[in-house]
Amino acid sequence: MTTTLRIPTPLRPYAQGQSEVAVQGATVGEALNDLVNQFPTLKKHLFTEADELRPFVNLFLGDEDVRHLQGVDTPLKEGDRLMIIPSIAGG
Amino acid sequence: MELTHEEILRYSRHLLIPEVGLEGQKKLKAASVLVIGTGGLGSPVALYLAAAGIGHIGLVDYDVVDYSNLQRQIIHGMSTLDDLKVESARQRMLDVNPDIQVDVYNEIFTSENAFRIAEPYDIIIDGTDNFPTRYLSNDLAVLTGKPNIYGSIFRFDGQVSVFDGKEGPCYRCIFPEPPPPGLVPSCAEGGVLGILPGTIGTLQATEALKLILGIGEPLIGKLLLYNALDMSFDFVKLRKNPDCKVCGPNPEVTELIDYEEFCGVPAHDHESGSAGADWDITATQLAERLKHGDDLKIIDVREPHELAISRIKGAELIPLGQLASRMSELDSAQEIVLMCKAGTRSARALEVLHSAGFRKIKNLRGGINAWAREVDPSLPIY
Repeated sequence: MTTTLRIPTPLRPYAQGQSEVAVQGATVGEALNDLVNQFPTLKKHLFTEADELRPFVNLFLGDEDVRHLQGVDTPLKEGDRLMIIPSIAGG
Repeated sequence: MELTHEEILRYSRHLLIPEVGLEGQKKLKAASVLVIGTGGLGSPVALYLAAAGIGHIGLVDYDVVDYSNLQRQIIHGMSTLDDLKVESARQRMLDVNPDIQVDVYNEIFTSENAFRIAEPYDIIIDGTDNFPTRYLSNDLAVLTGKPNIYGSIFRFDGQVSVFDGKEGPCYRCIFPEPPPPGLVPSCAEGGVLGILPGTIGTLQATEALKLILGIGEPLIGKLLLYNALDMSFDFVKLRKNPDCKVCGPNPEVTELIDYEEFCGVPAHDHESGSAGADWDITATQLAERLKHGDDLKIIDVREPHELAISRIKGAELIPLGQLASRMSELDSAQEIVLMCKAGTRSARALEVLHSAGFRKIKNLRGGINAWAREVDPSLPIY
């Protein structure tokens, strides 16, 4: 199952500068694992030591926050679009 | 309240719109809005709200107008360089519209003064530039039941939403915790396309007008994600977090607190450029030691594209984001001086090395900008 994952600007340096990557997985969790396998330096920015998604990382499937779906167990369909929403504070 | 003949002429283009009309313009005149921050976002917000005829606008900012602000903070200008930003902004707003009331608060916005400052206003607009003040503004908005019009920027990305804790989620529902310090640089460190806060601030002002006039669909429960490079406008749904510590049914935050420790960064003066007296070396001291022939290594932790602006001969580049993985290239027995633009990133680099056991390390206080000021004036300051 291939989905696209949009990487926010602050995290792009850890994804070789890419803004969108293709990830494999049947669930959100699997797709994230694929992401950090492709870009290991991204892992500590997204996950805690206990391998949980860090609270400041917002992940959306389409326009819905996965926290309000089934979290990392949320199933994915071919062509789905995942987006990491960054915490930014500039003004 | 009635509008004068002058006001009717001034706002005629508003009065001609059925959704605004005379009644709408009176609502704008009766409204009161607090703009926290008169920088990149605050500039277009304050200008457009003044133009629109918001009767009472408050401005909060502790800072003065700096030369490098003028690239994007369009409410200020050469004529108000070094003036208090709130005074500079107020002057410009009253030039656009002398009929409105502009109150200024030249103070750092903290838990001590936030309630007092916000009291006369119905709507809060978050034009701040740091996480601690954003969390504070959100708490204030939820605790006082006022909508908080959120906007934030980073390089080419912007976000806008309306956090109305009564009707929808608050800032904390979406961002329960800030990112670790250093992951998201400030505009001073990471840069920002000058025009970006113009777009985002104008969108924030738009939401303010919609709320006051009661028209259109405000961004309550929605987050607008803007990217200037793609010219993309994405919308995602935001929902209240049932366990939100601020706006949930069992709130833990019932009074205002300051968030510096929570966020790990200061809310202001983030350009101190110092790692503390024991760990700093001044540019003058470094120059003397180099002249003396001392064996020390200068590690430049800036980004590659900054080298074109100014550089110190002999310095080796290891961008801050790569330092942790490239520490093995460094000899902990050798004295290392860390440097960046202004001393802030290099102070963080020092902490990274210190945690890894390095002790013969120093931070170039004030960065290469201080070097340009004290040692080599042929270099530009940026």
